[in-house]
Amino acid sequence: MTRFFNGLLHFRRSAWEMLASVLIAAGVIMLMQPFALALYSWSFVVTLLGTVMFIIVSHFPE
Amino acid sequence: MLKSSVDRVAEATPHAIAKRMHGLSDRALAWLFVAPSIVLLLAVNIFPLIWTIRLSFTNFRVNRPNAEVEFVGLKNYLNILSDRDIWLTMQATAHFLIWTIVLQVLIGFALAYLINKKFRGNDLWTTIIVLPMMLSPAVVGNFWTFLYQPQIGLFNYAIGFLTGADPSSFSMIGDVALAPWAIIIVDTWMWTPFVMLICLAGLRSIPGSIYEAAECDRASKWRQFWTITIPLVLPFLMLAVLFRGIENFKMFDLVVQLTGGGPGSITELTSINLKREAFEKWRTGYASAYAVILFVTVFGLASIYVKALNKVKQR
Repeated sequence: MTRFFNGLLHFRRSAWEMLASVLIAAGVIMLMQPFALALYSWSFVVTLLGTVMFIIVSHFPE
Repeated sequence: MLKSSVDRVAEATPHAIAKRMHGLSDRALAWLFVAPSIVLLLAVNIFPLIWTIRLSFTNFRVNRPNAEVEFVGLKNYLNILSDRDIWLTMQATAHFLIWTIVLQVLIGFALAYLINKKFRGNDLWTTIIVLPMMLSPAVVGNFWTFLYQPQIGLFNYAIGFLTGADPSSFSMIGDVALAPWAIIIVDTWMWTPFVMLICLAGLRSIPGSIYEAAECDRASKWRQFWTITIPLVLPFLMLAVLFRGIENFKMFDLVVQLTGGGPGSITELTSINLKREAFEKWRTGYASAYAVILFVTVFGLASIYVKALNKVKQR
């Protein structure tokens, strides 16, 4: 976990890609879950944020 | 003296062409050759995408080309993301997605594990198992419609034979409770071989020496399975899950052939719903926003997929 946060602090690609992937996965789950309409409403923003982040951080150094 | 193939090609090039190319750098030549593909890509992929994004902020209706087009801002997106019917469609897609992936991964991995063992007729069985995924979804949808017929369908007959129920007492594609399972069964039947092939590639990439070392350490078969087979096949399994997830999120043809989204709208997946908004209700701006939401979702999943693929490649 410490390694992950260090990676985030030092702008390492793997850590940021992991964070972006988690956001995308969370967005997809929010889009399809049957429990709360509010989660569904915010799902697109979360997925979009994760996807844009993924595109940007894939240019970070390893 | 023997001439190299490059010299021979250079000599065979007509003088006029050679003269015209003279003076072009390697970089310029590379751009010259790649340019047609880039132009085609821009025209066929990028331009429609940008146009769709533009339309998603308007109230444009393609069946009223002369009507005034108004800029509505984020209204289409807000309407979609607060629409309970579309939310239900997303849930129907999730039900389809989760069950098809679970069944395909479990059955596909089990089949790959069996096929990986050497036995007589191994290749023949592999070919037979792989056959369904080679068929067109339209064909599969059509003949499963016949298999699901309550009166003459073989599926109903088989279920009746096994359970003792009357085959004509239930309709797989006409019953609200059974129709979602009908499409899951067909998709699983069709695409399990694909997952099996990916798992088989993973199983065959494991060096035998690891198992030999485990045998020397007296590790049981069960322990070998959980500590060697599963961890080493896991990246391949993840790849299969992502690939089937993306494909099934876009599922259209098979379900349209089987149920057409019915009965009611119980099997109406997102792509079918989108088609209805765009080409039955003719709400082009609204459907464009819907398409952009689905595109971002699939693009996000595809990004993870590419990352997983690179990890598998590094192995």
